[in-house]
Amino acid sequence: MMLRSDIDTILDWVMQGSRVLDLGCGDGELLAALTQQKAISGLGVDIDAGNLIAAVDKGLCVVQQNMEDGLSNFNSKSFDVVIIAFSLQVLTRPHTVLERVVDIGNEAIVSFPNFGHWRSRLSLLFSGRMPKTKALPYSWFDTPNIHFCTVKDFERLCDQLQIEIIERKTSEGGHILAKLWPNLFAKSASYRIQRT
Amino acid sequence: MNNAHAQSSVGIVESKTAFFDDPLFLKSGEVLKEYSLAYETYGVLNANGNNAVLICHALSGSHHAAGYYSEADTKPGWWDTMIGPGKPIDTNRLFVVSSNNIGGCDGSTGPSSVSQSSGKPWGSLFPQVTVEDWVETQKRLAESLGISHWAAVIGGSLGGMQALEWSVRYPSWLSHCVVLAAAPGLTAQNIAFNEIARQAIFSDPQWLQGDYALSETVPEKGMALARMVGHLTYMSADKMSDKFGRELRQGSFEPDDDEPIFQVESYLRYQGSQFAGRFDANTYVIMTRALDRFDLASHGQGDLSQALAQATAEFLVVSFSSDWRFAPSRSQEIANALLASGKRVTYADIESDAGHDGFLLEDKDYMALVGAWMKRVAP
Repeated sequence: MMLRSDIDTILDWVMQGSRVLDLGCGDGELLAALTQQKAISGLGVDIDAGNLIAAVDKGLCVVQQNMEDGLSNFNSKSFDVVIIAFSLQVLTRPHTVLERVVDIGNEAIVSFPNFGHWRSRLSLLFSGRMPKTKALPYSWFDTPNIHFCTVKDFERLCDQLQIEIIERKTSEGGHILAKLWPNLFAKSASYRIQRT
Repeated sequence: MNNAHAQSSVGIVESKTAFFDDPLFLKSGEVLKEYSLAYETYGVLNANGNNAVLICHALSGSHHAAGYYSEADTKPGWWDTMIGPGKPIDTNRLFVVSSNNIGGCDGSTGPSSVSQSSGKPWGSLFPQVTVEDWVETQKRLAESLGISHWAAVIGGSLGGMQALEWSVRYPSWLSHCVVLAAAPGLTAQNIAFNEIARQAIFSDPQWLQGDYALSETVPEKGMALARMVGHLTYMSADKMSDKFGRELRQGSFEPDDDEPIFQVESYLRYQGSQFAGRFDANTYVIMTRALDRFDLASHGQGDLSQALAQATAEFLVVSFSSDWRFAPSRSQEIANALLASGKRVTYADIESDAGHDGFLLEDKDYMALVGAWMKRVAP
């Protein structure tokens, strides 16, 4: 069991032997797990030199690049799956990137922390200040997470961009409350999406 | 070589020369009936012969890539930071072959060596050689050393072009390819800088159409000027500002003092004259032309990804952020063409203020990246 529940979901969703592009791959933990468990042929993209070296050290192929530069070096449908795991919220223009990833991949997997979670709401309601959690410990002024969204927000955006949601899985997915009211009770959400 | 160096160095090394009397058919159509090729090796070839890596050097480099020539030697080979026991190119497990280039002036047959047919220095009669020709000579060298496969071919700049050429010319020969601060072909601007350097040499009265050796002279002034132009383009503007600023080396702007000389002027003059003293002018002309003429895309009817589609190696492509002579965008062209043809590739742009020289210098991220990547190179 890994630290973030979305990783288990992604490991479950990615098919054996797929071609996988992981945007914002970080130190390559997810790609390494996918390589080991699903025999994928993977490529990571990250902008940070330290992350790059850590991923290379795991034997992975990585390209140092800003995923917001248009990703024009990746051809249409050149990957089975494009993953954006927990990095949507750091993007300046997440909607532009989403449109590209459903073009590059036959499908995309997107996961993010749900800002609609009741703890975030209560924190803002009672303290009157931007919430901080163990997983997201930054202050509002120096956080890399500039575009938080809720489950509802994301689904509305997909609708607007004519992106089809194939499957959704929320953390604490087994919990009845998260199943009934994911926007309020899911800590994070993972989606399989594709171009409609 | 002091004790501190000895710890992580390959130690005392020896320049070797291999002689080949099989005619070499050059790309130019000319034939070298026989030639010598200088090289060095570090580490030990294992019993399976699967731990050999080839180092290809750049324009003004040589096969002396690591180690020292004697106990008294204070200057190690040009890539001693990268090659050695426990270093990114680890001689504890890899057998490193560092090849010189024919047409050079460091022990291989070139314009300054004596032609067997005339008994005089080749001079202007030495044929134009190319990156492709060098790859041929390196393949012959490998075979003469009992090597039939490279675990990796590694090169920077003009050496990176050789590594690229290897990957498409003899794909089955290499499983890994490292291309540093290189380009799939020079830009017009880059060719222009080489042409200025050549014209500087040609304009020296001592050039004598390339046959200066027959008159026992050297076009030193032209060579120094050529090197000044070259050296300038290998550095970044920021690094030059940091290093020299507007400082004066001597004199001042006062009316009754000596003429002012800026630090940067003095530095370039020194670099120029140093180089003119050690490098052959014909070799400089040949090497710059080899650079100009290299065109990897020609392997794919002008299409780079089609050219690289023939490669089977896994690639590491590295650029340096302040390199404007072989800009990061040129390395990205290589990486993107490899991606487009479905190859396994890692690309990094190292944050550096060292310009094109970045690939030669020690840098924490650069060393860590190459070291981490080289772990996948067998055995």
